[in-house]
Amino acid sequence: MPEIGTDRWVAEFESRRVRREGPWGRLIEWSSRRWLWLFAGAAIVYPFVIGGDFGIRVGVNALLLAMLAIGLNVVVGYTGLLDLGYVAYYGLGAYGYAFLASDQFGIHLPTPVVVAVVALVVFGVGLVLGQPARRLVGDYLAILTLFFLQVFVELALNLDRLDLPFVDGPVSITGGPNGIAGVDPMEILGFRFGQVRDYYFLLLVLVILLIVGVTNLARSRTGVGWRAIREDTLAAEHMTIPSGRLKVLAYAFGATVAAVSGTVFAAVQLGVFPQNFTVALLIVVYAALVLGGEGSIPGALVGALIIAMVPELLRTPAGARLLFYGGLLVAGLTLVRPRRRLAVIVPGLLLFGLAVRALVAGIWPGLVAAETAGGVDRWLLRFSASADVVVSVLFVVTIAVALAAVAVRRRRVRDALLILGVYLLVLVWENRLVEEPSITRQLLFGALLVVLMVARPHGLLGRPRVEVV
Amino acid sequence: MGSWVAPEWRWCETMAVLELRGLTKRFGGLLVVDGLDLSVAEGEIVSLIGPNGAGKTTVFNLISGVFTPDGGDILLDGRSIVGLPRHEIARRGVARTFQTLRVFLNMTVAENVIAAEYASGTVGAVRSFLGTPAARAEAERMRAEAERRLAFFGERLVGYRLEQPAYSLSYANRRRLEIARAMATGARLLLLDEPAAGMNPAETQEITRLIGQLRDEAGYTILVIEHDMHVVEGISDRVVALDHGVKIAEGSFDDVATDPAVVEAYLGKGGAATK
Ligand SMILES: Nc1ncnc2c1ncn2[C@@H]1O[C@H](COP(=O)(O)OP(=O)(O)O)[C@@H](O)[C@H]1O
Ligand SMILES: [Mg+2]
Repeated sequence: MPEIGTDRWVAEFESRRVRREGPWGRLIEWSSRRWLWLFAGAAIVYPFVIGGDFGIRVGVNALLLAMLAIGLNVVVGYTGLLDLGYVAYYGLGAYGYAFLASDQFGIHLPTPVVVAVVALVVFGVGLVLGQPARRLVGDYLAILTLFFLQVFVELALNLDRLDLPFVDGPVSITGGPNGIAGVDPMEILGFRFGQVRDYYFLLLVLVILLIVGVTNLARSRTGVGWRAIREDTLAAEHMTIPSGRLKVLAYAFGATVAAVSGTVFAAVQLGVFPQNFTVALLIVVYAALVLGGEGSIPGALVGALIIAMVPELLRTPAGARLLFYGGLLVAGLTLVRPRRRLAVIVPGLLLFGLAVRALVAGIWPGLVAAETAGGVDRWLLRFSASADVVVSVLFVVTIAVALAAVAVRRRRVRDALLILGVYLLVLVWENRLVEEPSITRQLLFGALLVVLMVARPHGLLGRPRVEVV
Repeated sequence: MGSWVAPEWRWCETMAVLELRGLTKRFGGLLVVDGLDLSVAEGEIVSLIGPNGAGKTTVFNLISGVFTPDGGDILLDGRSIVGLPRHEIARRGVARTFQTLRVFLNMTVAENVIAAEYASGTVGAVRSFLGTPAARAEAERMRAEAERRLAFFGERLVGYRLEQPAYSLSYANRRRLEIARAMATGARLLLLDEPAAGMNPAETQEITRLIGQLRDEAGYTILVIEHDMHVVEGISDRVVALDHGVKIAEGSFDDVATDPAVVEAYLGKGGAATK
């Protein structure tokens, strides 16, 4: 925790400015000011670069998650309301769209009308169900809102055989466990959404509008009031801020954002199913927000993109390789300080690999697979299939070396261990992990999250918070 | 005809900004504030003194709506404010600082003050979301207003410090920020809870002068709790001494400081005897 009272911020003021100089620093400075344009540009190009439908579908999921995370950021990141029922409103939005635009009740309203009605109704529901937030804080509110989510899921599962007065036979409202299939695609101003790509661009527009709107809100008295409430509710009230009203407003705003993204979700998958809106999704949304940094809009965006896209990237060996070596490179550039240590470590790594290869090939040729052409194979050992056990053992050794490298203090020993560790890591990776995407995917993704959260406990783009004086 | 006008005129002139009538508060069995009568007139600086645990902060908490009194009444401009929500009491013109500082730690200096300008705004969430010209204008006005408030403290909280997070401020600057924040609510009555606590002698002198300026230049009415007798002497029009929730003395600083009951409350019976 930063030291209080001594003006640490002032002391660091100069060094902070210095760090932003040089071409690299200027690039960071520039992109942190223009991040929305950068994102918009990249997102527009993405579908054309990625080509196939699958990639665009991943993009759609990422944008949906981004909307959810940015909405949740208002509730949790700004106002500090631990809302565990959040995805129920995503579900409400989706079911609302399905009710008003499918054969379920034979209603087929125009898309803008459906979205407007759903948004207004869910805002109203949020105002009502948000009332407990006036008085409940922290874990009490969390438990209550989690209960809301369970109620929603139960209703969605069980409102399929309802006996109504004046109607013969049971009526199905939600379609029960089977949900509602055959939902209408969206149609706006005569344009009928036929492809996933159409929805992708619709979502992109929605996300950008949402970012602009929430940024505006954050600067307004409402947004500043929200953050003051999170900091100290009592003091905020003494400063004329009506905390109850603003808390309910934040809650209902989050609910509405979730509901609007829910309508698009229903349309893009042409159906709604209760299993889409469970605690599992809730955890994913929270993961995106926490990873990106609570209270930061670009953070929520980046967090959502990482959580939604990285696991997909890891599905193919090529993608997994890209992430693995990219990660190594970034880790090397950011974690090794001063950077001139890299001048020892990188050549050391190369020499070490060549030496090991020559040594093992000389002493124990059976272990090594026949040389394949070029590239990394001239440097790295390729084990033959019979040596699987060796690789497994080396995996354990790698972890031990990594732990040792963290624990050791002496610079020389540490660099040596680092060289050994990275070499072993690449060795295990190339010989084993990259061939088994299912394991690798979970392992790498988990490792990535752990590393990111250890490196930046307050999230990638969040600010460290100080809680106690 | 003169006799018809006179009572109304006199009533206006003598009406207190704040009036406590028989204010009483119990915590469990403990009587913390006991039938307190107190009135503060427009433009007056009244000091509330008394030993630790006398119930001074509790009086502030009752006025600002943290607790509801068990008995008695609190009148602001002649109207009862008992039972009103805290933000409504603040909106009607009562602002306070805290003995244990409560600035919004993870917000910047400017944002701390902007937060307190909430009641002065008229733009709702929808227009803010849309970023209408009115919303932009209001945000800019609030920002300028915050800078103006902070300029009251000279060079201390302006310039680059506007963007500094409040947790990085020194203790004395946090006290100043709390005062700026209280001013920004648009209040006329300031309740200052030990504004000089934890300050060094130079800073104490400065805060003494500042409280005088708050009244003389900015026109505030001030009720202040203070332990430092130099500060109390320097600023008070009137001093009220409290012990065990009971008012034991009231009057000018000299009268109260030499009052036997006050000396006894501070030093205990033995101390009073040796003095
Ligand atoms: N919320 C509370 N609950 C119970 N007792 C309290 C509470 N607040 C204050 N007290 C008690 O009331 C008495 C007066 O406290 P306080 O008003 O803080 O005194 P002062 O500010 O004069 O030092 C003390 O005995 C304190 O322990
Ligand atoms: Mg006190």
